[in-house]
Amino acid sequence: MLKDIEKLLRQDKMPHIWCPGCGNGIVMKAMLEAINSTGIDTKKTVVVSGIGCSSRATGYMNFDTLHTTHGRALAFATGVKLAKPELNVFVVTGDGDGSAIGGNHLIHAARRNIDINVVMFNNNIYGMTGGQYSPLTPHGKFATTAPYGNFDRAFNICDLVKGAGATFIGRGTVFHTKVLTEMIKGAIENKGFSFVEAVSICPISYGRRNKMGTAPQMMEWLKENSVPVKAASKLPPEKVAGKILVGELYKEEAPEFTQKYDELIARFQKGAE
Amino acid sequence: MEKLRKAQLLQGNQACAIAALEAGVRFFGGYPITPSTEIAEHMAAELPKLGGKFIQMEDEIGGMGAVLGAALTGTKAMTATSGPGFSLKQENIGFAAMTEIPCVIVNVQRMGPSTGGPTAPAQGDVMQARWGTHGDHPIIAVSPASVLEAYELTVKAINFSEKLRTPVIILLDETIGHMREKVELPAIETLELYERKRPSTPAEKYLPYETDETGIPEMADFGTGYRWHVTGLNHDETGFPTGKTDVIEKQLMRLLTKVEKYQEEITLYKTYKIEDAEYLFITFGGTVRPAMEAVEILRKEGMKIGLFQLQTIWPFPEEIVQEYCKDKKTIFVPEMNMGQIRGEIKKVVDNKEKLVGINKINGEIITPQEIVSKVKEVANKC
Amino acid sequence: MAKIVINQKWCKACGICYGLCPKGVLDKDDTGKVVVKNPDACIMCRICEEHCPDYCIKIGG
Ligand SMILES: Cc1ncc(C[n+]2csc(CCOP(=O)(O)OP(=O)(O)O)c2C)c(N)n1
Ligand code: SF4
Ligand code: SF4
Ligand code: SF4
Ligand SMILES: [Mg+2]
Repeated sequence: MLKDIEKLLRQDKMPHIWCPGCGNGIVMKAMLEAINSTGIDTKKTVVVSGIGCSSRATGYMNFDTLHTTHGRALAFATGVKLAKPELNVFVVTGDGDGSAIGGNHLIHAARRNIDINVVMFNNNIYGMTGGQYSPLTPHGKFATTAPYGNFDRAFNICDLVKGAGATFIGRGTVFHTKVLTEMIKGAIENKGFSFVEAVSICPISYGRRNKMGTAPQMMEWLKENSVPVKAASKLPPEKVAGKILVGELYKEEAPEFTQKYDELIARFQKGAE
Repeated sequence: MEKLRKAQLLQGNQACAIAALEAGVRFFGGYPITPSTEIAEHMAAELPKLGGKFIQMEDEIGGMGAVLGAALTGTKAMTATSGPGFSLKQENIGFAAMTEIPCVIVNVQRMGPSTGGPTAPAQGDVMQARWGTHGDHPIIAVSPASVLEAYELTVKAINFSEKLRTPVIILLDETIGHMREKVELPAIETLELYERKRPSTPAEKYLPYETDETGIPEMADFGTGYRWHVTGLNHDETGFPTGKTDVIEKQLMRLLTKVEKYQEEITLYKTYKIEDAEYLFITFGGTVRPAMEAVEILRKEGMKIGLFQLQTIWPFPEEIVQEYCKDKKTIFVPEMNMGQIRGEIKKVVDNKEKLVGINKINGEIITPQEIVSKVKEVANKC
Repeated sequence: MAKIVINQKWCKACGICYGLCPKGVLDKDDTGKVVVKNPDACIMCRICEEHCPDYCIKIGG
């Protein structure tokens, strides 16, 4: 509830810079809800972001926050987590920030299974720079740099990080806020690399150009076009095709990177005794 | 007398890595590249023994990012690379300058441009060290000329970065990085080490970019309850973005002057046979040795020539260089590039005609003989 | 009666809250900002609170 998370919000920095109806505020709220409900030590929590509209979230979240360079949040976060493994480390990234310029860091952080919780704010577009296509812009959609429709094919970003080695993967949307919060909670509870795709709305740089209507209409669209992953397995394939699957997509146990490193250090310390 | 350790055979890269560990570096993030890789290898082997952390990142951009993340937790952090990797690190070096995160970047220079000559020595990154990032900000760069100096200047570099909260670059070159020499390192207990100032105020009163007369803000370690914000955007004393031009200007000017303020302390140099010198070499790094030999040869032939060695390259010690150039007949500047340091001297020397470059960029070091013959050629004309 | 606390200062008139409210409790003023029209109808589902991108609505105080 909002009243419980207000302390985690830098209220003096509000109202935030995002456009009317922008989904970023909703995703950030889900993060704060999840952090609050898991009761992790907020003094020992660091949120790292890259560059983009979504990455401005770090300016409003009341932790140690680090707003880095475009695409590099995970690299910085890797340094934070490895140097001080007792910290809870989150990464806020956009679809462009995390899957284009920062795609290499994403797959390698996943491969290491380092205990970082990534929330990718996916608005299917480069919002901050005014609506250029990203690796998550669906084929055929319009962008300022895809004036005739997008020729590229989009990543399924959750499948990508799964292939790379992530040990918790979930998806929510800014309409399905409860699921989104649950997924971020799942990420926090997983000791390893966790990835949550937060499907968001950008009425200004994406919705308008693709004739998706107002913010409430885009919300409606998310509702109509999403299927809970558990229900999906029971539905005929034609009802699932092209839909956004929400919920927990993957979970596995695997050794965590910083823990392994600490075991190595302990081995040397024992040897010295 | 200075306390020294037993003599040992060390490579320049190794000496640099040993110095870093002894000066308290406990994090290394990097990506392999010749001729710097020995530094990463040494760190990978030794850091875990000291409770420190090594990580081989997916590229140099990531290595630099990881170093800055680690540094924010209060850890002394370093990376090492060479030309192509140094280019990749630039954006995040700019971030470190802007946000005032202490860190050390070793660049073991190799021939360029591009892939150039991976094992060929060069000194072509002098200007990249200074101007490689976008925007205007100061930088500190030092350049060792021997294995012992690789040790000494690495300790200094780490101290400068901690004290001034700024990225410091160590410009090694392939010659020094791969050279093996017998050295007597100073005893560990004689090292003077410096750590960044932690906040003297409680978290509620902490303004991360507020400064006193030192010009250097106090830095809280992440995870200690200070809840501060770090951004590469223009920011004010609170650390949060601002668009106020007067505040932006004040912050950026402070960045510039905070290094200027300590220039005397940062400026390191050596002189050799300078007292009666009428002619002068000014040089640095891997070119110092051959130039020194050239001094010997030329002195035997009766030429009064001395040598001024720049250990600190950036900020360029204009006043001192000007002073040493003043009464000289000719100043020779040997360097393995086409005149990057000479250009800086040109800005301050009283008579530009006196300045002569001795340059080589084919991947071989400049030999003493080459230096001698160039000196003679010019001196005979005078 | 449910307590609905609105922070109009932060409201950006996006229309999400009154668009999603299942009971017609919320409406817009002539600038598009949220107003409470029919508080008695509120079922405290919190859909508005959860979906307001601007942290303007608190249900239940
Ligand atoms: C190195 C670099 N390249 C390009 C940019 C310009 N740029 C800023 S944000 C951005 C795209 C952001 O898109 P996304 O990550 O999806 O974030 P959003 O704004 O949509 O939340 C780009 C290309 C930059 N700041 N830095
Ligand atoms: S451009 Fe899009 S993503 Fe950026 S603030 Fe506006 S609505 Fe949000
Ligand atoms: S809590 Fe539910 S019923 Fe009440 S105002 Fe909000 S959306 Fe409407
Ligand atoms: S959702 Fe929030 S910002 Fe949008 S109209 Fe309602 S109160 Fe205002
Ligand atoms: Mg985007």
